[in-house]
Order: sequence, then C-alpha cells, then structure tokens
Amino acid sequence: MADINTILATDCGSTTTKAILIEKQGGEYRLRVRGEAPTTVETPFDDVTVGVVNAIREVEELSGRTILDENNLIIRPARDERTGVDLYLSTSSAGGGLQMTVAGVVKAMSAESAERAALGAGAIIIDVIAVDDGRKEYEKVRRIRELRPDMILASGGTDGGTIKHLVEIAEMLLAADPKPRLGIGMKLPVIFAGNKDAREPVKETLQDRLDLHIVDNLRPTLESENLGPAREAIHELFLQHVMQQAPGYGKLSSWTDAGIMATPNAVGKIIETIAEQLRMDVLAVDIGGATTDVFSVFGGTFNRTVSANLGMSYSICNVLTESGIANIQRWVPFDSDEEDLRNRLRNKMIRPTTIPHTLEDLRIEQAVAREALRLGFEHHKSLARTLKGIQQVRSVGDLLTQEATGQTLVKMMELDMIIGSGGVLSHAPRNAESAYMMLDAYQPEGVTMLAKDSIFMMPQLGILSTVHPEAAAQVFDRDCLIRFGHVIAPVGTAKPGVTACWIEMDGERKSFSYGTLTLIPLGLGEKKEVAIHPARGFDVGAGRGRSLTTTVEGGTVGLIVDARGRPLTLPADRKQRIPKLQEWHAALGLEPE
Amino acid sequence: MGTAYTPGLKVSPRTLVRKTRRLPLKGQVLVGEGDLVAPDMVVARTEIPGVMQTVRAGEQLGLEPAELKAALKVQVGDKVERDQVLAETRSFFGLFRSECRAPLAGTVELISEHSGHIGIRLPAAPVEVTAYIHGRVAEVIPDEGVVVEAEAAFVQGIFGVGGERTGAIHMLASSPDSKLTDDMITPDLAGKVIVGGSNVSGAALQKAAQVGCAGVVAGAIIDRDLVDFLGYDIGVAITGQEDINTTLVITEGFGSIRMADRTFRLLSSLEGKQASINGATQIRAGVIRPEVIVPTEKAGAEEKQQDLGQILDIGSHIRAIREPYFGLLGTVTALPPEPILIPSGSTVRVLEADLADGQRVIIPRANVEIIEE
Repeated sequence: MADINTILATDCGSTTTKAILIEKQGGEYRLRVRGEAPTTVETPFDDVTVGVVNAIREVEELSGRTILDENNLIIRPARDERTGVDLYLSTSSAGGGLQMTVAGVVKAMSAESAERAALGAGAIIIDVIAVDDGRKEYEKVRRIRELRPDMILASGGTDGGTIKHLVEIAEMLLAADPKPRLGIGMKLPVIFAGNKDAREPVKETLQDRLDLHIVDNLRPTLESENLGPAREAIHELFLQHVMQQAPGYGKLSSWTDAGIMATPNAVGKIIETIAEQLRMDVLAVDIGGATTDVFSVFGGTFNRTVSANLGMSYSICNVLTESGIANIQRWVPFDSDEEDLRNRLRNKMIRPTTIPHTLEDLRIEQAVAREALRLGFEHHKSLARTLKGIQQVRSVGDLLTQEATGQTLVKMMELDMIIGSGGVLSHAPRNAESAYMMLDAYQPEGVTMLAKDSIFMMPQLGILSTVHPEAAAQVFDRDCLIRFGHVIAPVGTAKPGVTACWIEMDGERKSFSYGTLTLIPLGLGEKKEVAIHPARGFDVGAGRGRSLTTTVEGGTVGLIVDARGRPLTLPADRKQRIPKLQEWHAALGLEPE
Repeated sequence: MGTAYTPGLKVSPRTLVRKTRRLPLKGQVLVGEGDLVAPDMVVARTEIPGVMQTVRAGEQLGLEPAELKAALKVQVGDKVERDQVLAETRSFFGLFRSECRAPLAGTVELISEHSGHIGIRLPAAPVEVTAYIHGRVAEVIPDEGVVVEAEAAFVQGIFGVGGERTGAIHMLASSPDSKLTDDMITPDLAGKVIVGGSNVSGAALQKAAQVGCAGVVAGAIIDRDLVDFLGYDIGVAITGQEDINTTLVITEGFGSIRMADRTFRLLSSLEGKQASINGATQIRAGVIRPEVIVPTEKAGAEEKQQDLGQILDIGSHIRAIREPYFGLLGTVTALPPEPILIPSGSTVRVLEADLADGQRVIIPRANVEIIEE
C-alpha cells in the first residue's frame, strides 16, 4: 500500500454517480477533486458505467489528470504525475439498492438478529417474517411472494434447539415460491443462518426451488450474536447475483480493485473505523430523498438501521403521514396553513429536484427534516439494543442496578459525536441550520460534537477503509468532516428562567437559563478548558448537580449551550411556541423567515 | 445542486410511442413482430405457480412427524382432489379411524418427516398482458413480452393514481383555468376520459367514479380531496395499483393550477377519440409519469419535440414549479452564468424571467420547467 499515491473512488447513487480523486500530498492523503454525473442504470442507457465514465471525465477536467484511456478504461497503475490512478473502488445503491426479506422464529430474538445482520450488510428490509409475528400463515406466504426481494435471510433456533419451527419457515418459503426482483427466470438466493442441526431438513424442504446458501447460525446461543458470517454471505451474494443482474455492473466489477460494495455497507465501515480509531461513540445519519439511514457505534457495537420511507423528496409525504401535520408544524417558526403545507409537500414529492427559494420555504423543509430525522432515530433506538430473552444471573447487589434485557444501546450522554449527511443537512445554506436540525431531532445530552459530511464522500471512504484504512482516515478527518463545534446540553427540566447550568471559561463564569439556546464564538480547531456546573436536578455527564471539567472544541458554528432541557418540550400553544422558536433561531444567528 | 432545471413533461400531438409489455415471469408471447394490436388484445401469457397450502397432517392425526409416513395415502407428485384422504390412522382393532383430508385440490409437493406437514401446491394461475394501446408489435422479447409501437398524441401528466384504462376523450372544461365540479358529471359520461381545467374537486372525482368514468384528467387537485377519494394518504410516490375504478391524471401539481395551454389545446383537439390512460407514477431514478395516449389514424411526420435535451435559453417559455411563483408562466430574459444568492441563503444558478403578470423575477434554474405554448 506504500506505493498507492492516487486513488479514484465512485459511488453510484440512485440519481447521481459521484467520483472523488484522492492524492498523496506531502506524505498525507487529501481529497483533490470531486466530479458527478447522472446515474445511468435506467433506460435509455441501461449501463451504470456510462455515468461512471461521465463522472470520471469531470474529475479529469477539474484535476487536469488523464484517467481514462481511448477505450474509456481506467489507466492503472498511474504512469506519471498526470496519468492514471493506482487504485479504483466503487460503491453502489443504484437500482433500488439491496432489498431483503428476513425471517426468524421469534420476532424479538432471531428475527431481530437477522434484521440487524441484513441492515449491517447494507440492505433495505422490506419485511420481517417470524413464526410469532401475529400474522396468519397464508398472509405471510402471500407477502413473501408479492414482495420479490433480492434475497432472503432465514434464521432461528439456537444451535441444538428447535428444528421444527425452522422447517416450518422453509415450508413457508417453499409455499410462496418467491422470485427475485431482478433476473427473470433466476432462482431466489436464500441464506440460512439458523440452528446448525436444522440445515439438512431445511435443505430437503427447499429442494431445488430456491438457491440455498448455508452459513453459521447468527444466534448460536441466546446470549450471543454472530452476525459476521451472515453479513459476509449477503455481501457475496449481492456481488455475485444482484449486482450481476443490474445493467453494466458486470463491467464495473471488472474495473474495480475490490468488488462493488453496497453504499450503506461502506458508510458503516467508515463509521466503525473512525469510532475505533478515535475511541468514540458515534452517531451518523444520511437523510436522502427516499430513505434515512442511521449508523451508530456505542461501546464498540455497530448498528445500522434504514427507514426506507423517510426521505426529503420521493417519500416526503410519508414523513407527513407518519409524523402527522401537527408534529411538522410545531417546528415551523411562523404561522402556517395546514392545507398549504400539505400541497407544498406533495408538490415537492412530484418535483423532487426543486429547491427552496424563499427562507419561509426553507424553514418548512427543515421542519420536515427534523421529523424525518427524529422518526429515523426512534427506529434506530428500537433496534440497536441488547439481546432480548437472555437469562441473567442476578445477585442481591444487582437487583437495583442491573438493566432489563433488550435495552437500547443508544446512550445519548455517552455519545461523543453526531455526523449529519444528505442534502438537507449537507447543503443547508448555513451550518447553524444543520446543527440546529440535529439538536432538535436528536437532543444530544451532556457534551457532544456536531459535524457534517462536507460532500457526502463517506461511501467512497468506507470502501477505501477496507483496503487502505490510513488513507481513508486521513481524508475523512481533513476533507470530509466539517465540525460545527461542541454542544453542551444539561439534562433535566425546570421552570423557564431558572438557571440550568453555569459555565466557567477563560476565567469567567456565566449562567444559562432553562429554556434558552446560546451560541458562544469558538472557531474551527479552537479548544477551551471549561468547567460546567449543572444546577440541582441537572446533569451534564458527571451526575445530577455534579460539575464536569472538560475540553470543548469549536467549529464552523461555535460552542452551543442548549439549556432548553431534556427531554425538549415545545410549548403546545402556538402563541407561545412561535416566539420561542423565533428566539432560538435568533440565538443561533438565524432569521426565522 | 441547483444547477439543473426540471425538463418539461412531454406533450405532443404526434410522436412515436413505444410501450414495453412484459410478463412478470417467463411465458408465451402470442403475437409476432409487425402484428396490429388493440388495447384489450392479449399479447403474452404465462402461468404463475400456485401457492403451496400446508396441511398439518401429523398434528391432526396425533402423530409424531416421523410416524406420518406409515399413515400416508398419497405420495409426492400425486394430484389430489378437495376432501381426498391424505393420511389416516386406525386404532383399537381398526374400529376408530382418524383422517386427514385435502382442504383443496392440487398436487402433493411436500411430505415432511421433520414437521409432519403435507404441502399441496395449488394449480397455476394464468397471467395475461394486454397490448394497452392500438399499434403494431415492433419487437418481440422472447418468452417475456413485446414492444408495441404507435404514432400517437401523447400527454404526460405529473402525478396520477389508478391503472391502465381506455375510453373516449370528452372535454368538460371550457378553458384551461375553469374547474371541474360535480354538477358537470352526468351518467352518460360512463366509460369516458373526462378533461377538466385547473382543478378537479373532490366531489367531482367521487361522482366520476360513481358514474363509471374511465379517467379524469385535470390540471391539479387539492391534496385533501385526493386523500378523501382514496381513503388513505399516499406516503411514497409509487402509484398505479390503487383499488379504484377511475384513473386520475393531473398535469400540473397539487392545489389549483391552470392547465398548460398546449396540453389543454391538444386534449381539446382529441375530443371523441379513443384514449389509453394510465395513472401509474413513480418518482425516483427511472421516473414513470402518468399518461394519456391517443393513437393517430393517419401516417405522417413525427412532430419533433425537444424533450429531455431541451435547452434553456433567453426567450424560452418557462413555468415556475415552486413557491413563491409556483404555477406562473414567464419568458427567460437572462441566464447569469455565476451562481447567485437567493432569499433562502443558498447560492445557486438562476435565471431572470418576465412573468405573465408583468413582474421581472430571479428564479433558481432548478425551480422552472420549459414549456412550449
């Protein structure tokens, strides 16, 4: 890897193909330029490589480097300072990404573990089938048949446990005889990752109707999950089957140095790498037009969820349906008419490439984003949790402290950094707007860094991290991540105007009243020692009423003190709420409308 | 971001329409290249294997899964009739008999010694694909379907609900900005594709469905009226499968928006002609928009319409497709090359335009579509 000086990476998204060029400059890897072009998976092109070549052409124009030869093939390795690249990698979410159905015996146990395995491998889950999910068998059979996933992951039973239920799941699959989404006439790949004693009966049951692949049990005991083999199998089948059916992907695979990785899988890889390298708990979100992906690493455990129908254009009306109009209106800092709001969102849905022209329109879109982010996060918290159903040995001393099983792993007080990406966060006109949306949607607690992915290059850096972690980490830190600054958020509630905390900085002590939001100037890279003294009943990480001394870092926004309390509650009466929202906008240097 | 503009929807009095008619599974193509086809003519057919019904035979007979084999009266591959005995047990010197019967007719596909279940596969169900439009088979996709081609008038809408239907076009609106109301809908409009101007009211839509109109085409609809018509809210922009008997195509958007003159004039000129209409909409990569297709009888030169490759130029006629000028028409007066700061705070590529109401405005290029009037 020492000889790698120039790296080209592309991400084929459902609408845009993005290419980045990384070069080693003065001993460190830096982003040189970025190019993009429309994705060409659909007619009239039906060939993903057309868009890839177009995006690379833009990189050539911007960088002055020749990358493609006369046959439009990537020149490798680099011939000189201005010709070719040493490494080419690609990720893809085009053509609907990887769509999976997962099945398990118990909904809250093996089915949930299967869901985590598939999500971690970058899939969109289109249904979770479990023996105990409350649906009639014929309903499940009909559903499996109708959905036409790219593959199915079946699990259940600890090793040595139930066989009968797994045979029943196999019978259900056989009954439905599902066909894959792509590739007419192909057999649907099914990964079996359940009780090892059930492998033969499952094989016998499924006969030759489905393309069966057997891997290690993903829940070998109640107390443990072993998601790695199932995730690897998903990734392999994605490359070998799904991608090969998608137009032009066979050609693209032959160009790359490390296969093609599903985009969310790649984003997960970079988040895991960064969390591990910096020893941090990280939460990252990618809010797109159709879906919202949430990634987290808490205490070294990685989790990913995707909310397939929470997005800012294509599925913006589903945000409206799921949250309700009142929940969107509560974030709008001026009077808004319900019918007008609904028509606006519908018009955004049918013309997804339009952008907010007026500040008023931008505030409405940002109100919707808060709800999409919040709902996506709720979903994430419900799945990123400790294993359910474990028998715990309790001593007398544990009675007061031990947590129940199935508790969420997402602990906001322990969270070190939140990274936002996706159009509404990455392209917000002002960084304070992105920070403010994340504050409202995620309600970080204690001391947390807020940041964004500058140009959404996490997918490319994710696949790069699998072959060249050093280059990926350097570019991520220096060119990808834009730090907004730390937020200090005391947890607790009080009456408005009562002091929530005092902060000592630069020898000065300042109080912050409950219900306020304050921006303290602190620039990019600037660090300060602070002593935070929460009022009685408030906690900033050291316990209720206990002081915390720490180092805070600024950024493109500054140091934010969010003393609005946790959980954040907005006044129900719009006459009180709207002035409050306007006050908070002003505190962050933003005009409400 | 903000450097593109939305290409206008296709509205053409004469264009070559190609429709791919594909089976969900491999099957048989019933027509050949060059054949003339009508909308309801079946062009390809296949059979979708039936689902397998699981019969819990072991449990019914009180047997362990491994004991089922001895009680079987059928084998894998046997065709069985409804109520036919699949397995039986006798006890007490044969005096007591327990039976497990087939709940339906089909073929035995599975007998499991692991679960004690018997699986009966239902007969395959036929699936047919029709031609949808009057035209000629231009291409046969072996075992999968055909491409039907026709010279036709073609109107693309922006959003629709409901699937493929046919009916004669009947103009109800007198002008592009008049509204379609329920009092205009009479029983004699059954089977017709009715056309309104700027808006179809919720009551009008309900009445159109009641009298059995094949389709409704209008400039816009109020979101709430659509929700009431369907009985639920559309969350994600994938439509076409709704269980409704009237297909709706809106040409401009949500609210009340004057139908584009060109669209209105074209539809007016097609009065009485047989149209194929489909509300199916999918808005993401591989966009599908709703459509009205009226094949033309006479051969003639295709009207060349600049569509996806349209060039935005000074003098281009545009329509704003986002607030604050939503729905207003105008003419481009300048195309500044550099990105410009707009009121939202973003710096984006814009155009300057004279709007029909006399004001000169700056609009992000992403927020206009080119129209031909």
